[in-house]
Amino acid sequence: MANKISHLLVALSLVLGLAFMAPSAQAQVNPTEQSVNEGALLEALGSGGNVAGRITIPDQNAGYLIKPDNKLWAALQGETLHQISIWAVIGMVALLTLFYVIRGKIRVDGGLSGRKILRFNTIERFAHWTLASTFIILALSGLNLIIGKTVILPLLGENAFGTLSAWGKIAHNYLAWPFMVALVMVLLLWVVHNIPNRLDVEWLKQGGGLVKKGVHPPAKKFNAGQKIIFWAVIAGGAALSYTGVMLLFPAVAGTPADWQFFQTIHALTAAVLSAIIIAHIYIGSVGMEGAFDAMGTGEVDENWAKEHHSLWVEEVKGAKASEGRTQPAE
Amino acid sequence: MARMKFLCDADRCIECNACVTACKNEHEVPWGINRRRVVTINDGLPGERSVSMACMHCTDAPCAAVCPVSCFYTTDDGVVLHNKDTCIGCGYCAYACPFGAPQYPQTANFGTRGKMDKCTYCSGGPEPDMSQAEYVKYGSNRLAEGKLPLCAEMCSTKSLLAGDGDIIAEIYRERVITRGYGSGAWGWRTAYGETVTV
Repeated sequence: MANKISHLLVALSLVLGLAFMAPSAQAQVNPTEQSVNEGALLEALGSGGNVAGRITIPDQNAGYLIKPDNKLWAALQGETLHQISIWAVIGMVALLTLFYVIRGKIRVDGGLSGRKILRFNTIERFAHWTLASTFIILALSGLNLIIGKTVILPLLGENAFGTLSAWGKIAHNYLAWPFMVALVMVLLLWVVHNIPNRLDVEWLKQGGGLVKKGVHPPAKKFNAGQKIIFWAVIAGGAALSYTGVMLLFPAVAGTPADWQFFQTIHALTAAVLSAIIIAHIYIGSVGMEGAFDAMGTGEVDENWAKEHHSLWVEEVKGAKASEGRTQPAE
Repeated sequence: MARMKFLCDADRCIECNACVTACKNEHEVPWGINRRRVVTINDGLPGERSVSMACMHCTDAPCAAVCPVSCFYTTDDGVVLHNKDTCIGCGYCAYACPFGAPQYPQTANFGTRGKMDKCTYCSGGPEPDMSQAEYVKYGSNRLAEGKLPLCAEMCSTKSLLAGDGDIIAEIYRERVITRGYGSGAWGWRTAYGETVTV
């Protein structure tokens, strides 16, 4: 009985209390309308923010609801990187064509001697050509992703272009690995010859003898121009390798913001390195008489070597001469 | 022609995930692929809201802008679709999408992505409407049958609305006026550069 009375009292006090509270409760806002609001969230987050929450599926990245800044990368990729890649390649080709028209093929001034000196042994050439061939396929399949849809798609049609690009992607993913191995080989083989020194300053001052006929600044195994190529390949190749591996393993790389960053670095580095390599290919083939032999057969003409790598010739000959002197004494 | 859009009335969503399940079942999407998902904002806090999100079929879709093989196209209904025969699975659309819509089945080593899969607004792909080839690649084509996307059609609280953008915006506007509040048309500002103002 007493229990019932106490219950009644509680109920009564509740009713009284509610009645007392009523006027202020009416003045209050409906608690359900106090909700999160997309506009307010986006404004509070500002630039670089994502609207995120809890998700019940395993992929926690799916918890990001809206990432407005992704559109910035879309504009960068769709327009800016597109333009940069096209102009890097076309610009370098145009520059080299102009150079060829003005300067012509750089001849061996003293004419070919017919005597050969070994410049790059088999291992060096193997490393170079592995790096070179994989780079060319990687560069072309990469460039296809940038300009393929404007250049190749109209020629092939959507289906054939899709198939070609799919093969390009597979080639890109797999050839990246021999590229990285060759990059390390090249670094180990040639790094000692590529440490900058005072000779390089002089070489650069004289324009490497590229501009004027008959000018041949002294150089060891690699001149300053080749050292620039070497370090560009090493640095660019390392950057491409790192960002490329990250793009191959997106789960390791992190969130879409990280993917965007790595892709941007990857594309920019590729554009710059491709331009540099086009110049390298030019001077190693049509641009200079006798240059291709160094990587072709590995043996260069003595007169070519004397003109372009005078100190290296002395080193090689000196070594041979000293060998020649010591041998009879044995 | 209608301009098809989704609108999730977050004040009505109860996070039942039925839209997610219905989508998976309707299109028989593979494991690990989520064309639609429900995200809960401020979980466990006052003002908690859940939002069902899929491809928003953006105006000037960023995915289409970055696609290296131009496999995206926009239908007359304003639906953004893609051609899986052309897609190379590069992942750029996933980098660019503000809504996390593109999904990839893992098909090979190195985590190689397969062809991209995403919400088709229940309207298939480039293959002939309601063909077997279309069903296998993209799922069913309800739009061709004269129906709206299943996720919205079966939403128990009618939180998720699908249909012509102007019509669903008007429905939402009426709701907001009637009940006196609304947390906004989620994603509309990002997808269409506009929002439903009440």
